[in-house]
Amino acid sequence: MVDAAMTGVTSAGMDSAKLKRMRRFRAGDATFRGLTFGAALTVLLLLGGVILSLIHGSIPALSTFGFGFLTSQSWNPVTEKFGALAPIYGTVVTSFIALLIAVPVGIGIAIFLTELCPPWLKRPIGIAIELLAGIPSIIYGIWGLFVFAPFFQTKVQPFLISLFEPIPLLSNLFAGPPYGIGILTAGFILAIMVLPFITSITRDVFDTVPAVLKEATYGLGCTTSEVVTKVVLPYTRVGVIGGVMLGLGRALGETMAVTFVIGNAHKISASILAPGTTISASIANEFTEAVGDLYTSSLIALGLILFVITFIVLAAARLLLMRMNVKAGN
Amino acid sequence: MASSLGTTASAGYSGASSPVAQALYRRRRRSNKVLLTLSVGATIFGLAWLVLILGALLYEGFSGLSLAVFTEMTPPPGSAGGLLNAIWGSLLMTFGGVIIGTPIGILAGTYMSEYGRGNKITTVVRFINDILLAAPSIVIGLFVYEVVVVRMGHFSAFAGMAALAILVIPVVVRTTEDMLNLVPNQLREAAASLGLPRSIMIRHVAYKAAMSGIVTGVLLAIARVSGETAPLLFTALNNQFWSTNLNAPMSSLPVTIFQFALSPYPDWQKLAWTGALLITFTVLALNIVARAFLSPKAQK
Repeated sequence: MVDAAMTGVTSAGMDSAKLKRMRRFRAGDATFRGLTFGAALTVLLLLGGVILSLIHGSIPALSTFGFGFLTSQSWNPVTEKFGALAPIYGTVVTSFIALLIAVPVGIGIAIFLTELCPPWLKRPIGIAIELLAGIPSIIYGIWGLFVFAPFFQTKVQPFLISLFEPIPLLSNLFAGPPYGIGILTAGFILAIMVLPFITSITRDVFDTVPAVLKEATYGLGCTTSEVVTKVVLPYTRVGVIGGVMLGLGRALGETMAVTFVIGNAHKISASILAPGTTISASIANEFTEAVGDLYTSSLIALGLILFVITFIVLAAARLLLMRMNVKAGN
Repeated sequence: MASSLGTTASAGYSGASSPVAQALYRRRRRSNKVLLTLSVGATIFGLAWLVLILGALLYEGFSGLSLAVFTEMTPPPGSAGGLLNAIWGSLLMTFGGVIIGTPIGILAGTYMSEYGRGNKITTVVRFINDILLAAPSIVIGLFVYEVVVVRMGHFSAFAGMAALAILVIPVVVRTTEDMLNLVPNQLREAAASLGLPRSIMIRHVAYKAAMSGIVTGVLLAIARVSGETAPLLFTALNNQFWSTNLNAPMSSLPVTIFQFALSPYPDWQKLAWTGALLITFTVLALNIVARAFLSPKAQK
């Protein structure tokens, strides 16, 4: 449109100085547009580069161990036998524990913020929850190691062990001794870390419920809990699931906090009180000390697995949230 | 407020009905109370962690805070020292990462909002950018290790900066696009009607209107990368000494905290707590300032 206007003016006749300025404008326009386009492509190239470099780096490990890399539990730098099963197991289980705690709490906070909270308190609580998201993960790590784990070891874990001892299956799951650090501790710390993400997205999608729907339900004489469970949650289901998946993506890839409290043991234990490891914790702990191409390559292959898993989870989360946005009319 | 409305309405109704209806009404009221109590409990539970973590940081870190922390180098175990080289390394690498990442992020956001709004490329870039935004930062560290460290043959502060820049880009892209999308189209049309070329309109009209939001994005990006540890572990590595050489390993506050906290030496652990206190309050202050920068209109 602008271009058409400019050609119109130039053809009407102008002195050469103006023509020159016009040309400079147009060249500047093209350059700027090219720059912005290049920057947008850079984002795509970054993702492509990450995937390609991880694949390239993990070729030695994957060609040596083949599919067995995914199913083997051994991790022995001396004999150079590597398998990813223990870290994958740890990653999945810690993330699962994190969601088990963070999802109900996050939805509870979102219900409080959208349905119960007095308006003047909304912003301070919202900001406080978001500050929780701003705390760097290494802080969760140092706090988890020095404050939370000792408390967990002396107060919570002995209680859990004695509580579940008489119950057949659960007694294996909560078998002692209480180390303090371990899978459950890591899952708990992760829960605190992903809580703000789940909360803020759930609150945002709750806010998209049309007031008319809620008012109509209240008008029928429904209680707040009925409005939430029968109108708000069904209406926002897709968005809430998207928020949970986003939290899951965070939990899967979280590194530093987990590295401090998981215990870094390359084995799968039946008990969730036992130490274990996750993909990211293994990389963080061992990468700089890894000797030999196969060791390094195995760690990069772990990174590739992590990236593929989180990519799928995050992409699914985004697609669900996009569907929610279309519904909300943005 | 809404809940009291709901209960009074049903109270008036149930008063006139049978005992069965009254029992049903009581049950509904009870389940309402249970859900609401649980949601209040969840909120207290969530906020408690913030208090507990900040409290522990203040309690453990504040006593170690002294001038020496800012004037002396990281010590060998068993002797006194500070965090000067780690603080310097963090500042330098964060600065470098932001300087590299911000222009790319702003330009990409500009394309998405000003040139390609709604087209396919923009949709794809936004989707990929959102994934990069939440991608595990340790994977970005591996990428930079493969691309920069292996090529150069050694760890370096420059590699650390590159890793941080990759983390800065998605944050800035996201906020720039969002903020430019909020700029009213009348402003653009007014500029175009004056005969301004599009690039000049963007730089002098759209950027100005979206300035506070873009600054917020950059501040949030700084807040995010200044606490990042994982991508620095095997790019910038660590350095016990003062270094200004971008081509050599460099210390940073998060990596130093990682090393010191996991060490068996009490004086190193003490310094780790102090470093943790410094980082946390810097990051939280940046978060709060960033929010204050945002105009009320752009806030959710």
